[in-house]
Amino acid sequence: MDPGAFKRLAGLLPAARFLVRPEQLVAYSSDALTAFQTTPVAVAIPETQEEVIALVRACHREKIPFVARGSGTSLSGGSLPVAGGIMIALNRLNRILKLDPSQRIAVVEPGVINAQVTTAAAPHGLYYSPDPSSQSICTIGGNVAFNSGGAHCLKYGMTSNHVLGIKAVLASGELVEWGGASREQVGPDWCGLFTGNEGLFGVALEITLQLLPRAECFHTVMAGYRTLEQAGDAVAAIVASGLLPGAMEIMDALALEAAKAAVHADYPAGCEAVLIVELEGPREVVDIDRVHLEKILDASQPIESRPARDASERLAIWKGRKSAFSAVGRLSPDFIVQDGVVPRRRLGEALKRIGQMSREAGLRCANVFHAGDGNLHPLILYNGSEPGALRRAEELAGKILCMCVEMGGSITGEHGVGMEKKEYLPSMFSEVEMNCLKAIRSAFDPEGISNPGKMFADGTGSNLTRSGLHPLEKSGVISRE
Amino acid sequence: MKSISSPENYEEVAELVRQGRRVLAVGARTKPRLSMVTGDVEEISTLNLRGMVEYMPEEFTFTARAGTSLQDIAGLLKQSGQYLPFDPVFAAQGSTLGGCIASGISGPGRFRFGGIRDFVLGLKFVDGSGRILNMGGKVVKNAAGFDLPKFLVGSLGRFGIVVEATFKVFPRPVSTLTLRINSGSLTDSIRIVLESAVQRWELLAIEVPHPGDSVLLKLGGNLKAIEKIGEEILSRWSGKMLSPEEADLIWNQSAGFEWRHDGGPLIKVPVIPDEVQLLVESFSIFKDVRIHFGNAANVAYVSLPSTEQSVAASEMLAGLGLTGLTFSGAGPLWTGIQKKTEIAKSVRAVLDPDNKFPTLEE
Repeated sequence: MDPGAFKRLAGLLPAARFLVRPEQLVAYSSDALTAFQTTPVAVAIPETQEEVIALVRACHREKIPFVARGSGTSLSGGSLPVAGGIMIALNRLNRILKLDPSQRIAVVEPGVINAQVTTAAAPHGLYYSPDPSSQSICTIGGNVAFNSGGAHCLKYGMTSNHVLGIKAVLASGELVEWGGASREQVGPDWCGLFTGNEGLFGVALEITLQLLPRAECFHTVMAGYRTLEQAGDAVAAIVASGLLPGAMEIMDALALEAAKAAVHADYPAGCEAVLIVELEGPREVVDIDRVHLEKILDASQPIESRPARDASERLAIWKGRKSAFSAVGRLSPDFIVQDGVVPRRRLGEALKRIGQMSREAGLRCANVFHAGDGNLHPLILYNGSEPGALRRAEELAGKILCMCVEMGGSITGEHGVGMEKKEYLPSMFSEVEMNCLKAIRSAFDPEGISNPGKMFADGTGSNLTRSGLHPLEKSGVISRE
Repeated sequence: MKSISSPENYEEVAELVRQGRRVLAVGARTKPRLSMVTGDVEEISTLNLRGMVEYMPEEFTFTARAGTSLQDIAGLLKQSGQYLPFDPVFAAQGSTLGGCIASGISGPGRFRFGGIRDFVLGLKFVDGSGRILNMGGKVVKNAAGFDLPKFLVGSLGRFGIVVEATFKVFPRPVSTLTLRINSGSLTDSIRIVLESAVQRWELLAIEVPHPGDSVLLKLGGNLKAIEKIGEEILSRWSGKMLSPEEADLIWNQSAGFEWRHDGGPLIKVPVIPDEVQLLVESFSIFKDVRIHFGNAANVAYVSLPSTEQSVAASEMLAGLGLTGLTFSGAGPLWTGIQKKTEIAKSVRAVLDPDNKFPTLEE
C-alpha cells in the first residue's frame, strides 16, 4: 500500500482505533472458516456511521481494498481479510437506533448481534425471525451481507425477507437509502438486491428489520427411525398433508452419536435418524394440527415418537440439535461443512450418494439438515495432520456441491459463496450470466475494492491452511450451520 | 406510434429486443398506466408465452411462463391444496404472472407471509442487450449469486422482460374466516389494526376498506379453531363473521379494486399507520377521493375521480414525504418524492446499455 495513502487513511481515526501491530491483526486473520488465513495491513474500528463513510470513500479514492466485518462468523470465508487491504470492523456500530413495537420494526446498526434484536423486542411479544445457529454472536450486518438463514426459513424466509430498509455507503462512495419503515414499497427492490451481496457492494450502515409476533404455542416432536429414508419419507408425508411446520430437522446416526456424547442428548435406542418437527401458532390451531401430525408420524412407523411435554423438554430437543455441529467436532480434529440445497423430494437419494462418496473417499461424514427446505449440512470429518486429508475432504465437498447443482438445487442455502465455493458458482450460471453478475458488482464497486476475491473465482485469494476448529466452535458457542 | 408483437418463445423475445429501438413488455394490461409511455415504443406482448413449465407440489414450487394468467395458476395450485399466499391482484381480470412481478403489487395476504418479493425464487428474463438470463434458482432456499429476481419485482419491466418465473407456494388453509369489525371511524380502525397485528391470532390479512370505518380481518386454518379465535375477536370489538359467500365477494372486489373510480388515477402509496390520518386529512381537499388501506395500514391505494387532480395529488404526497406509483388511469407514473441515485444509472447501464427500455421516469 502506498505509504501516503496509508497515512491519510490512518488519519481518519484515532490511533487506538486503527490497529497495525501484528499481534493486534492476528485476531482478524480468519473467520469461522479457519482453513483460510490472511493478515490485513490494518484494522479500522469506526464508532460512527460518518467514520465508516469516510473510510470507504478514502478507500475508493486511494483504490485500497477493504473487507467489512462483524463478528467474523462467516462459514464460507466471506469475511476473510484481503492481502494488502484493510479490515473495517463494525462491532462498535452496535446501537439499536429504534424499536417501534406498534409498527413492528427495529432500526439497527450493522454491529448489532442478531439475538439482541429479539431480546429487545421480546417484552413487546415480538421477535426477529432469522435464527442462524451463531445468532448469539453473529451481527445483523453480516446477516444482511450473506442473507443468512436458520431453521425456520421454509415458513418465514431468510434475512432478505425481513429487511425493509437499508442505508449504505457503496464501494463507489455513494450514500444510499432504500426502503424504510413500511412493509410495502414501489419501484425496483434495491434492498432485495443488496441483501446477500457478500460485502461486494459496500457497507450497510443502518438496517430496518421487520419483527413478528411471537407464536403463542409450540408443539415439538422428536421421532427416531431405523433408517434415514424413513425419516425423509415422514417429511414428505408431512409436506403432502398440508401442514406447514415452523421447522423440520433431521440428524443422522453419526450426528446423534456426537450429540449424545457432547450434551448427553437422549435419543430412542437403535435409531439411525431422528426427525424433529415443530408446529407453532395459536393454541386452538396447534391443538388440532398436533393430532393431525401424530397420525402422520404414527403411519411413518418410527421406533419411538416423543412429543415435548413442556418448555424444558422442547429446549432439550433443540439443545441436542443445535449442539450437533460443535459435538461432531469432538469426533474429529477437523471438519468441513457444506450447505448445498437439493429439491426436497431428492433428499433420500442425495444422502445415499453422500454416504457412497464418503466411503469412496475414505472419510466419515455426518449429516444434520433443514429437511423442510432441502438444505443439507454434510460434515466431512478429517484429520488435517494426515498428509492429503484436507485435499480429499475438499474434493469430497466439491463433489457434494456438484451433486446438489446436478439435482436442480444450489451450492449454498445460507452460508454464501465467499472464498469457499467461488470455484463452483459457475456450475449454477452460464458464462453470460456470470458476466452479468460481475458487471452488476462493478456497477456498485467500479474499482473492485470491496471484499475482492470473494464470490468470483479470479485467481486472487489466500492460502489454504490447516488450523482446526474456531475457538468459539470448540467451546460450543457457535456452530457451522 | 406503437407496434405490438406477440412472440411465442423466449428467443423471439430476445430477437425483438435486439432488433427493436425502444421496447416494452405488456401483459393483460390490468395495470395500464405502467405500460403507458410517451413516444414511440414497440410493445412485446407476453400473452403467447403461457403455461406451467413445472409444478411440483411436494417441493412447494412452480415454474411458469410470464404470460400465464394468475387465475390459471391459482386453479392448478388449488387442485393440490396450495396457493400463492400474497393473494395476487387483478387475477379475475386476467392479470399475468409477468405483470404481477413487474408491478410488485401484492394483495391482502401479504400481511402474514410477505409479498411477491418474498415468494419469487428465480427468474428467466431478457435484458436490454437481448441476453436470456436465468437468475436465482428453483429451490426454496438459495443464497448463490446476487438476488436479481427480487430487484426485478416492481421494476416495471424497465430493466428486463421476464419470460419465466419460479415461485414458492404454501399449503392453502383448509378454511378461512373473515370478520368485519365496525370501528365507526378511521382513528378507531387504525387502533384496531395496530392491536390486531400483534395478537396471538396469526391473521392472514388486515385491511381497512374505503371509507375507513371498518376493518376486515381474515383467519385461516381448521374451521373449528378459527371460529373460536373469531369469537374471541368479536368479544373484543363489535362486528360480524361474514358468510363464505359474503367473504368471497368482498375479497374478490378488493383484488379487482372494484371500489375505485372508473378512469381516474389509482395510486399505490407505501405508508405506516402513523401517517394514515394525515394522508386522509390532506387528501380530503379532493372531492370524493377514495382510499383503501391494506397490509395492516402499510399501503394506501388512492383513487381519484379525475386525472386533473393527479398533479396536485403528487405535490400533496411530496409534501407528506411519501412516494406513490400510479398503475391505473392517467397522470404521472411516479407521484410524490422521488429519490435519484447514481447506482440506478450504473445498474441500468449493465442491464440496458443501449436504452432499449423506457426509463423508470417515463
